[in-house]
Amino acid sequence: MTHQQSALRERIRQAITTQPQSFSTILSSLLAVQDALGWLPEEAIEEVAAHSGGTVNDVWAVASFYTNFRFTPPGRHVVEVCWGPTCHLKGAQAILDEVQRALGLEHEGDTSDGGVSLKYNTCLGACSQGPVIMVDHAIMGNMTSAHAHEAVARLDKSDGNHASQHGA
Amino acid sequence: MANTYDALASEARKRWEGLEKGPQPWIRVGTAICGKAAGALETLEALKAELGRRDINAVISQVGCLGLCFAEPLVDITKPGHPRVFLKNVTPEVVPALVESYLAGDRPDPGLALGTLGGNIPGVPSLEDLPQWKRQVRVATRNCGTIDPGDIHHYIAHGGFAGLARALTEMQPPQVLQEVTQSGLRGRGGAAFPTGTKWSFLARSNVSPKYILVNCEEGDPGAFNDKGILESDPFTLIEGCIIAGYATGASHGYVFIRHGHEGPIHLTRQAIAQARSLGLVGQNILGSKFSFEMDVVLTGESYVSGEETALMEAMEGKRAMPRSRPPFPAAVGLWGKPSNINNVKTISYVPEIIARGAKWFAGIGTEKSKGTAIICFSGAIKYPGMYEVPFGLTIRQVVEEIGGGVPGGKQLKLLQTGGPLGGVLGAAKLDTVLDFDAMASAGAILGSGGIIVGDETVCAVDLTRNLVAFCQFESCGKCFPCRLGMTHLLEVLERIIAGEGRPADLELMKAIGQTMAVGSLCGHGQLGFNPVQSGLQAFAEDYKMHLEQKRCPTGACNRLFHKPTRTRPVASGGWYARRDYVHH
Repeated sequence: MTHQQSALRERIRQAITTQPQSFSTILSSLLAVQDALGWLPEEAIEEVAAHSGGTVNDVWAVASFYTNFRFTPPGRHVVEVCWGPTCHLKGAQAILDEVQRALGLEHEGDTSDGGVSLKYNTCLGACSQGPVIMVDHAIMGNMTSAHAHEAVARLDKSDGNHASQHGA
Repeated sequence: MANTYDALASEARKRWEGLEKGPQPWIRVGTAICGKAAGALETLEALKAELGRRDINAVISQVGCLGLCFAEPLVDITKPGHPRVFLKNVTPEVVPALVESYLAGDRPDPGLALGTLGGNIPGVPSLEDLPQWKRQVRVATRNCGTIDPGDIHHYIAHGGFAGLARALTEMQPPQVLQEVTQSGLRGRGGAAFPTGTKWSFLARSNVSPKYILVNCEEGDPGAFNDKGILESDPFTLIEGCIIAGYATGASHGYVFIRHGHEGPIHLTRQAIAQARSLGLVGQNILGSKFSFEMDVVLTGESYVSGEETALMEAMEGKRAMPRSRPPFPAAVGLWGKPSNINNVKTISYVPEIIARGAKWFAGIGTEKSKGTAIICFSGAIKYPGMYEVPFGLTIRQVVEEIGGGVPGGKQLKLLQTGGPLGGVLGAAKLDTVLDFDAMASAGAILGSGGIIVGDETVCAVDLTRNLVAFCQFESCGKCFPCRLGMTHLLEVLERIIAGEGRPADLELMKAIGQTMAVGSLCGHGQLGFNPVQSGLQAFAEDYKMHLEQKRCPTGACNRLFHKPTRTRPVASGGWYARRDYVHH
């Protein structure tokens, strides 16, 4: 095992063993790793299996079910666009169009340089301010195509610099 | 025992008075998710900077959601010798003017002032005169926007934990149960089952341990009141949960929250820790013989995990797929032990019911729907927000008086209620009374309280397609009538929208819907045809125009639409699962 691999496993074990919940399950362990790394590498599946006393198949069964898990590293920035009914009625489709145009994507997924991951969200929970998008965990409401374009375009796609955490 | 509570209450009141009647202005900024979406964090920073620049001393607190989401970012200022003033839409740009007019000066800018509470300021209306406020009866949301959700003393200063103290010192568990039964409280998660009856199933079991599970999956688009309560006053939920434990003999309470609801998760965890540090959670609560532990448990993103048996599967760490019933959760629940599941809103009423009595609560609302409904307005409505109103108002009163009707001079076309498995109501149903049963007979459900308003530009088929796309995406895949039925319904709707509908399509959808209703284990499949059925009933014309004239009545369907390409039942590709894993 290379040094890098063992460091990754150490981070995973750390996430699994320091969960805030009073009991741990396969799901809670997977969520803890996803929070720590942003995705679930193969090693996470193995470590969670070892920690829970289950098999790798047991862990995959859970990991493949919940739509917030990723199995490849995410982009340095994550953009989520809500397509729930309120946002839909208030123009979410045009915002998705604009965000995709700005990122050069046709569907949800990652930009070719790995800078930005786009995800459709079923409901971001701020319906009263719809349409809503979320950029790196910062929620932004009353979106227009222009604002969405601005919020996405200012993400620095070439390096790891964090975008503004704040709204448009 | 009572002394312990009295000591807590007197300490809390002292701290509260220090803020409310202190020598400095006290500024509260709403930073729940609706506030944040409107830019409240930027407002907060701008306020701090401006106060610093002008060397003005003030206490600043972050509070939750007052419910008046249309006024976000909302700033609430209490100054010595002045009533509480609410200022609306305080963007960072207007912060300097606000500080100049009401912190350096004494006259709030009338353009910013929404209203006052507890006194008058010339030129500013009283909040009590605004329909958005005066029509409300705030029970579960009584503290929302007023207290700091990160400070348990604020809650105690407003009578918090008095209900628990009363239950533990003056009442035996059966009396508490009886009080909840007599209040007429019904479940606010969608099924409207009588809460006292549900609790009695758990109380009857002699197996231990027993669990109280509180559901804040709240993945329903259009509903934000569970999150709203946890982000604004998590303590009322905690107190209600402990009382439920006492009434039923349960020893543990778990608040089940969807991963991604970051504010509610953080604040609920913090609130439980604070309650534990004051002896309100844990061993021998308030010196009594009753002990109760609480924790937050997360689920991954899955709408079906909000179904009560799927919720227990998710808590056990598995795929959130519903179990067959019977056995019911009260007999065989979490880890095979007796469990009771309630929605956040349901439990949040309990402290006031115990503190003020069943009769008081039963005096609000209609004969069979007691208390209040917590309505979440969004869509084509002038004043979107979270409003707690008594049952018995008409939908028209709620939409027109409180919501302010449809903006921009447009006509109201439909109301989508009760979440994606609910239904759509046409404008003809506006005089339906807000009541669980009246709404059900009108063809929709109140469900979790979400009301999405659609104006004349909305095409009923387009909205239905969006709802069905959600239901298809979220089907857990366990029952094939739901898994395949949703996929099939979506396929049919998409071809109708594309102008390629076939004459037999409506009958085909009805047949699919029937199969789903009889062949699915849980509500997701059983009710999954609701959006189509209620749309067909109220807006047959929209479907007819698509089918016969191959065009959309409003043009809404002529636009491109996006939907997730990788849904749960057919997960593939990099985002949800590895290609090699799925296809093997």
